[in-house]
Amino acid sequence: MKQKLRILISKPGLDGHDRGAKYIARALKDAGYEVIYTGIRQSPEAIAKTAIQEDVDFVGLSLLSGAHNELFPEVVRTIREAGGNNIVIFGGGVIPEDDIADLQKNGISAIFTTGTPVQTVIDFIENQREQISH
Amino acid sequence: MIPLAEDVLAGQTRAIARAISRVENGHPDKEALIDALYPHGGTSLILGLTGPPGSGKSSLLDLLIDKERSAGKSIAVIAVDPTSPFSGGAILGDRLRMQKHATDDHVFIRSMASRGHLGGVAGATSDAIKVLDAAGFDIIIIETIGVGQTEIDIVELSDIVMLVLVPGLGDEIQALKAGVMEIGDIFIVNKSDRDDADKVKAHIEYVLNFKYMEKPDQKNPIVMTSAVKQDGINTLRDTIQTYYQTILNNGMLEQKRKQRIKAEIKNLITAKIKSKVEAFLHDQGSIEAMVDGLYEKKRSPYAIINEKLNRFLQEKQSI
Repeated sequence: MKQKLRILISKPGLDGHDRGAKYIARALKDAGYEVIYTGIRQSPEAIAKTAIQEDVDFVGLSLLSGAHNELFPEVVRTIREAGGNNIVIFGGGVIPEDDIADLQKNGISAIFTTGTPVQTVIDFIENQREQISH
Repeated sequence: MIPLAEDVLAGQTRAIARAISRVENGHPDKEALIDALYPHGGTSLILGLTGPPGSGKSSLLDLLIDKERSAGKSIAVIAVDPTSPFSGGAILGDRLRMQKHATDDHVFIRSMASRGHLGGVAGATSDAIKVLDAAGFDIIIIETIGVGQTEIDIVELSDIVMLVLVPGLGDEIQALKAGVMEIGDIFIVNKSDRDDADKVKAHIEYVLNFKYMEKPDQKNPIVMTSAVKQDGINTLRDTIQTYYQTILNNGMLEQKRKQRIKAEIKNLITAKIKSKVEAFLHDQGSIEAMVDGLYEKKRSPYAIINEKLNRFLQEKQSI
């Protein structure tokens, strides 16, 4: 039997637009993953500690406010600092193309912008499955 | 001792989280891990929190954690939500209501999917409790999935069961029925700000008056709360404390814990035998032959099954 993957979906910062996060949470549930949803207005520290306690394989961050260049790398840093070295972190929302390369340099494995088909996200997760260690 | 067990005993968050995953996933180290941790447990108070979907369990829990933290207690929560029977996936959304405690190092919250288990908790909940108990939390609280009438496994896992009820679920006849209504040690009527809350309390009292007609002093406490208005939470905490002292002093706690161990022994042995039988049937590959025999009415069900079972027992004896 395939390992059951656990995914944390969270919204860092002060952005309250959670429809995208809820949509992806539901879609990943339908794809057979265990999805933990934290809700909105999470600090990087809260996300990191949640990721460790929940022992997740992936963290998905959703942000539509424009603060992704500050918040996404900070979440990566706090998760790594908390010992979550193998956790794959991805992001989504309203992210300009020009910002993606820098975010990837800062540890965000993938960015899914508005209109990305869910299957693209699922394919990304399945491609990482091999790297997940338990 | 396996290193992970040592780290759990040292209270390391990451190790505790990883240990629970191993228990959930049936990792090859699972049994050794639990056996190493088990002797160090027994110090945590284990509370069960159950009730219908949307009755406010997680919100109440959030407020109860506030109170227990103010009293200096460390708390672990296992919040169970249902796994989809269609996709095998789950949305674990209980911790959303308790997320303000995420940065508190003395609060550990773990969401758990039921993974096909039907009794209101997950198959791994029992072993996860052992991990948390060994890690030394003062209080462990198990929040069940939203229950209907028959999901009562929480009784076999906790020292005290708190049953949350809300207005609008039916009359005293509903309250008289078997199942969930029989398992509450402490009854909580949440959403007490709503009009019919007093009626719910009256229905519960009605049922308890029947149950304890001859010993009215043993009637279960009923607490009125409103998570939205943050009402009644101090009373709830006091009620839990008093109830705990009572069952500690009158021997009920010991009796309950022994009952729990007894049930678990039976469950584990049955589960192990079941998996051996399944492996036997699989190895033999003969279940298809049995199907054909029965389909064509050449054989009879109990005759063929007893024959098979006897062969299984003989083989097991000869090993």
